[in-house]
Amino acid sequence: MAENILEVRNLKKYFKTPRGMLHAVDDVSFSIEKGHTLGIVGESGCGKTTTGRCILRLVEPTSGEIFFEGRDITKLGRGEMKKLRKDMQIIFQDPFSSLDPRYTINQTLTETLKINKIVTGKKAIENRVLELMETVGLAERLINTYPHELDGGRRQRIGIARALALNPKFIVCDEPVSALDVSIQAQILNLLEDLQEKLGLSYIFITHDLAVVNHFADEIAVMYLGQIVEKAPTQELFDNPMHPYTQALLSAIPIPEVIENRQQTILSGEISSPINPKDECRFAKRCRFSCDGCREKNPPLVEVKPGHFVACGRCGEL
Amino acid sequence: MSAEKTTQITPELVSKKYVRQSQMRIILHNLRKNKGAMIGLAIITILVLVSCFADVLFDYDTEIADLNISQKLIRPCKEHIFGTDDLGRDIFKRVLYGARYSLGVGFAATMIGMVIGVVLGSIAGYYCGIAEDIIMRCNDVLSAVPSILMGIVIVSALGASTFNLMLAIGITSVPQFVRITRAAVLSVRNQEYVEALKATGMSEARIIAFHVIPNCLSPIIVQITLRIASAIIATSSLSFLGLGVPVPAPEWGSMLNLGRQYVRTASYLTIFPGIAILITVLAFNLLGDGLRDALDPKLRK
Amino acid sequence: MAEDKKKAVEEKIPEDVALYLKNLRVKFVLEKETVYAVNGIDITLKKGKTLGLAGETGAGKTTTALSMLRLVPYPGKVECDRLVVDGKDVLKMKQKDLEKFRGADLAMIFQDPMTSLNPVFTVGQQIADAIMLHNPTTKEQAFKSAQQMLELVGIPAARAVEYPHQFSGGMKQRVVIAIALACNPGVLIADEPTTALDVTIQAQVIAMMKKLRDERGMSMIMITHDLGIIADVCDEVAIMYAGKIIEYGTLRDVFNHTKHPYTEGLFNSLPNIHNRDERLKPIPGLMPDPSNLPKGCAFAPRCRYATAACKEKVPEPRMVSDTHMVACSAYDDPAFRIERPEKD
Repeated sequence: MAENILEVRNLKKYFKTPRGMLHAVDDVSFSIEKGHTLGIVGESGCGKTTTGRCILRLVEPTSGEIFFEGRDITKLGRGEMKKLRKDMQIIFQDPFSSLDPRYTINQTLTETLKINKIVTGKKAIENRVLELMETVGLAERLINTYPHELDGGRRQRIGIARALALNPKFIVCDEPVSALDVSIQAQILNLLEDLQEKLGLSYIFITHDLAVVNHFADEIAVMYLGQIVEKAPTQELFDNPMHPYTQALLSAIPIPEVIENRQQTILSGEISSPINPKDECRFAKRCRFSCDGCREKNPPLVEVKPGHFVACGRCGEL
Repeated sequence: MSAEKTTQITPELVSKKYVRQSQMRIILHNLRKNKGAMIGLAIITILVLVSCFADVLFDYDTEIADLNISQKLIRPCKEHIFGTDDLGRDIFKRVLYGARYSLGVGFAATMIGMVIGVVLGSIAGYYCGIAEDIIMRCNDVLSAVPSILMGIVIVSALGASTFNLMLAIGITSVPQFVRITRAAVLSVRNQEYVEALKATGMSEARIIAFHVIPNCLSPIIVQITLRIASAIIATSSLSFLGLGVPVPAPEWGSMLNLGRQYVRTASYLTIFPGIAILITVLAFNLLGDGLRDALDPKLRK
Repeated sequence: MAEDKKKAVEEKIPEDVALYLKNLRVKFVLEKETVYAVNGIDITLKKGKTLGLAGETGAGKTTTALSMLRLVPYPGKVECDRLVVDGKDVLKMKQKDLEKFRGADLAMIFQDPMTSLNPVFTVGQQIADAIMLHNPTTKEQAFKSAQQMLELVGIPAARAVEYPHQFSGGMKQRVVIAIALACNPGVLIADEPTTALDVTIQAQVIAMMKKLRDERGMSMIMITHDLGIIADVCDEVAIMYAGKIIEYGTLRDVFNHTKHPYTEGLFNSLPNIHNRDERLKPIPGLMPDPSNLPKGCAFAPRCRYATAACKEKVPEPRMVSDTHMVACSAYDDPAFRIERPEKD
């Protein structure tokens, strides 16, 4: 078995709100092999973004352990964390708000390189900036343009270049293509794929788009209300979804093909509140298979097949 | 070209090849379309020039402050176009000379208020929690005191001098700056790029100084121009009450005060300094409104 | 010549056409440049059918929809040869008639459910207001109908007295749909109605819209960038690029017998759900700047089949079958085929 670059154990993040504890991430564990991609899928409010931020400690986790290359980073001090940040980077969803509007491409990248002392010397820095721009497919002539002069796809490329500037080993991609048009989306996905191959990167790919994650990830974790409800290698998950929520999600994907009489499982109701959840299956209220047993205990994540984990109390019967 | 040689930037640097579009130019372009703002800017420029060269134009001791009883209370005529006051001083010269007090105190007081306000406001906006609570509550207390009363208290406590006047007016304008800066910082700090910069290992201080505050500048700049206008009024008010720039300096407010007793017989003593205040304040307000539009990102492309 | 023109204008619209739009052009004249948002669009929508208007950001989809309601904001300039909705000539309407026409004959659902409701009125009131605008009823009756409308879109009638902020995104979009349907419009334009919603909620809303459409025999124009939703909902598809319809036909025509290279590019950009290892084939380059469109075919700079002629000549729409239109000069050569295989 290949070495794990990242291992997350029992990660929890609770936020205090006036109405009680909001369980944004509630006991999540997973690991990622070097050079692989883990897709985290779920709807808004399921805690996928918070999970990503916790791993980089942009949000301090409430409890849990995060091992990066074997070291528990939740216990690191500021200085050590700063060193480690070079190895872990993040790409954001919104290419409009993730760049400082007053900084040109050159200034953004130069600053990042300078602060972390990746390269020194004016000439060397500029060469590195140009190299980065070429890597992400930005033309040389754009070096002194501001973000507002560029379209979404190019801005997202700047965001990727900024992440790559520090030569990271691992990147959290938080919905990197959701704000982009289809044709641009494909360009960026291909770029991320090429970079992974060339630089041996490992990714966490956070998204709500199952078609994209199916294409992109090696393994997928489906999140619902702060918890992982199903986790399996991509092909297995799509061929053989076991959790009723995963089944509904897969069935809800709009497929761009002419299909006569497509049968869809349509979930009733909406995601319930993550504030002070009861000890019951969190999906029970919307689940068509739910029974009394589901309302008594929150089912744990169990390995039902090698590599395929499901958190459903009735998984065996159905 | 010469600048490149002197700073020894090698010409083959690619970043020099493609000129970047200056943001300043875009703002100026937008401002130029606003006639009111341009009029305001022209008036302010003239006033600034006059106050800078006031000492060259007039001799303070003989022309501005010296009494000349034989010439007292002359109506506006060719020789004294604004007339002379009860001590025989030329009002036109005094009004022009007075610009340096109003503008000087206005600028300086606003700067004092701005520096304190921006520092406190950005701390309150960036680090939420206890720091914010303390700063904002103190701010509420400070803004609950009427600013002119506050000015009177500070000046009476410290004594009437030009510096104390600046300090007093500066402190009364702090709450406005705190509030505006905090609001701007709050909206910027939630932008994803702040998080992105943290992820690249940048220190908080650097993020605030180089990335948060520059993006909050627009409302602060607008506030500065508008605050200068009200600082000028405050200066005149305090001087009118005898708490501002000490006599015989030709501050517009104290000139109003001196002319008060002659309002019925020689109204030109009060009319001209009054008009000077009016025009100056109007100019700053026009410029401020124009800047607000020019800096508004929604109106930009 | 002049007589011909007159004849064209007076052309009789068949009974079964719900919406007929001929040669719509919209431009925005700005200080420095003119943005050509829509450059000659023809739409014929039959009663009870759903047309999908697909394309990327900036293709002119929303502007097209707004022009049909004659709501293009300043400084937009709309030119149009003919616009007939439910037998009524919209171009000849005065302001007062227009206000009656909007909502009653042609209604629109906007993309963002968060901002299209007024936060200070209850949702029941807002639906009732829409009803009272077009029907002479009392307040009580209107409110009752409003409650029925809510039930229809799957919200308990009791929630009519709640305010928009008490609803979730999906629920708000249902309310918006209820308002649009309140006056039983003949044609409904839905502008990206589910883009802001989660996948499972999107499926709910789409299913509900389909059901209501079929029950009421409504015609619909579905504007979206998501070809999956088009496949699910629409009978006909129009693919837009740079303010023009470049391919138009039945769902089968466009999806299974794709003709235009841009449509092909769109399909190739989407991850294939059946074959996850297949590499994506994105369309290179970017959408052209609408204030500076290429001289010939607007897609030519990004098209891999483009010839020198494409860059010079604006492609004419051509019918490749009774129902299938494509605007591509490459088909001047009868042997030309795009790579995407045909399906049945």
